[in-house]
Amino acid sequence: MNQEEQVKLMGLWGSPFSKRVEMALKLKGIPYEYIEEDVYGNKSPMLLKYNPVHKKVPVLIHNGRSIAESLVIVEYIEDTWKTSHTILPQDPYERAMARFWAKYVDDKVMLAVKKACWGPESEREKEVKEAYECLKCLEKVLGDKLFFGGETIGFVDIAADFIGYWLGIFQEASGVTIMTAEEFPKLQRWSEDFVGNDFIKEVLPPKEKLVAVLKAMFGSVTSN
Amino acid sequence: MAEKEEDVKLLGFWASPFSRRVEMALKLKGVPYEYLEQDIVNKSPLLLQLNPVYKKVPVLVHKGKVLSESHVVLEYIDQIWKNNPILPQDPYEKAMALFWAKFVDEQVGPVAFRYVAKAEKGIEVAIKEAQELFMFLEKEVTGKDFFGGETIGFLDLVAGSMIPFCLARGWEGMGIDMIPEEKFPELNRWIKNLKEIEIVRECIPPREKQIEHMKKVVERIKPA
Repeated sequence: MNQEEQVKLMGLWGSPFSKRVEMALKLKGIPYEYIEEDVYGNKSPMLLKYNPVHKKVPVLIHNGRSIAESLVIVEYIEDTWKTSHTILPQDPYERAMARFWAKYVDDKVMLAVKKACWGPESEREKEVKEAYECLKCLEKVLGDKLFFGGETIGFVDIAADFIGYWLGIFQEASGVTIMTAEEFPKLQRWSEDFVGNDFIKEVLPPKEKLVAVLKAMFGSVTSN
Repeated sequence: MAEKEEDVKLLGFWASPFSRRVEMALKLKGVPYEYLEQDIVNKSPLLLQLNPVYKKVPVLVHKGKVLSESHVVLEYIDQIWKNNPILPQDPYEKAMALFWAKFVDEQVGPVAFRYVAKAEKGIEVAIKEAQELFMFLEKEVTGKDFFGGETIGFLDLVAGSMIPFCLARGWEGMGIDMIPEEKFPELNRWIKNLKEIEIVRECIPPREKQIEHMKKVVERIKPA
């Protein structure tokens, strides 16, 4: 494989967006060179060159060209490498539903959780309720399936990586509780299966390091 | 087997670029459909039933299958009706179309309209910020008849429904020349090319009516 064909990924160790791409690459068995980016500190010339529009990670570089936006990248990976692990369904309607729910996670769930955990105290109750309702919606969508993708990890599972791993950590760091095992038995079981998967757990950032960084970034909501 | 009109229904709103782009796609592919105009203020029981998650248009119903979120709907249409393809086959070109479409709806739309209407830091600053985003699109369309190349594609439908036939009418009402020809010759050429296409012309909101509509939207957005 020549230099150009090699896959490079510019990412951030703690970012669920960045990890989505790593998960897709690992699931499909695609080797890649990982480049850690100091996104919050000094953005490298390479980042500014390969993602001039948003100046964010993740950025995938393949065949000398760059692609940004995590779910766009995951879809690119699916389209480019036809391996035994498929991330998106073949059926157009099922495919559309996977894209719809992945977008729902991005547009509604993640924002709601962020506001609930780190927003102003005055809005807390309202935001927690909103996040709770969003998660209830996903609980219903998951139903009794092993994964959102069915028998194997799929597009929505990858998009929802935040819920599978980061949500618990957000709750611990902020002191705000939205999702409990009692209220969300299906999502709870799913998150355990998700983070327990060999390919997924290989890329997850260390919990203690994340908690420390989040606490430093946002401050703990409830005083210790 | 010929499609019957009853097979496809589209719930839309005359002034919504999101629903207009779906109409363009259906017309481009010669798909007969039943159009159901929606009141987006007093939402119908049908809309609430078919799109309980977002309660928005467009909603496509195809042989009983319900889809919403315009990008998801466009991709679905492209997969079901293979003539006049909207998305490129090449994975990289497809990723670029999806990336820029996301940019148009999530960045350009809000910055070039809402921020400008609010003009919190003053109208000059707001226009400058918006024009910086348009420069990216100017570069993207340089040397091409359309974003999709020689024929219209996904990004043309998204950017076409949004920029010249929605935002531009808003700018007119505000007395703003957002993308002057001297600064954006390529984008202006692209708009001229779009206007030559019959199915695009068939799917755009009536000009005067939309200018009035956008003026009302500005009034709602502007700080008191």
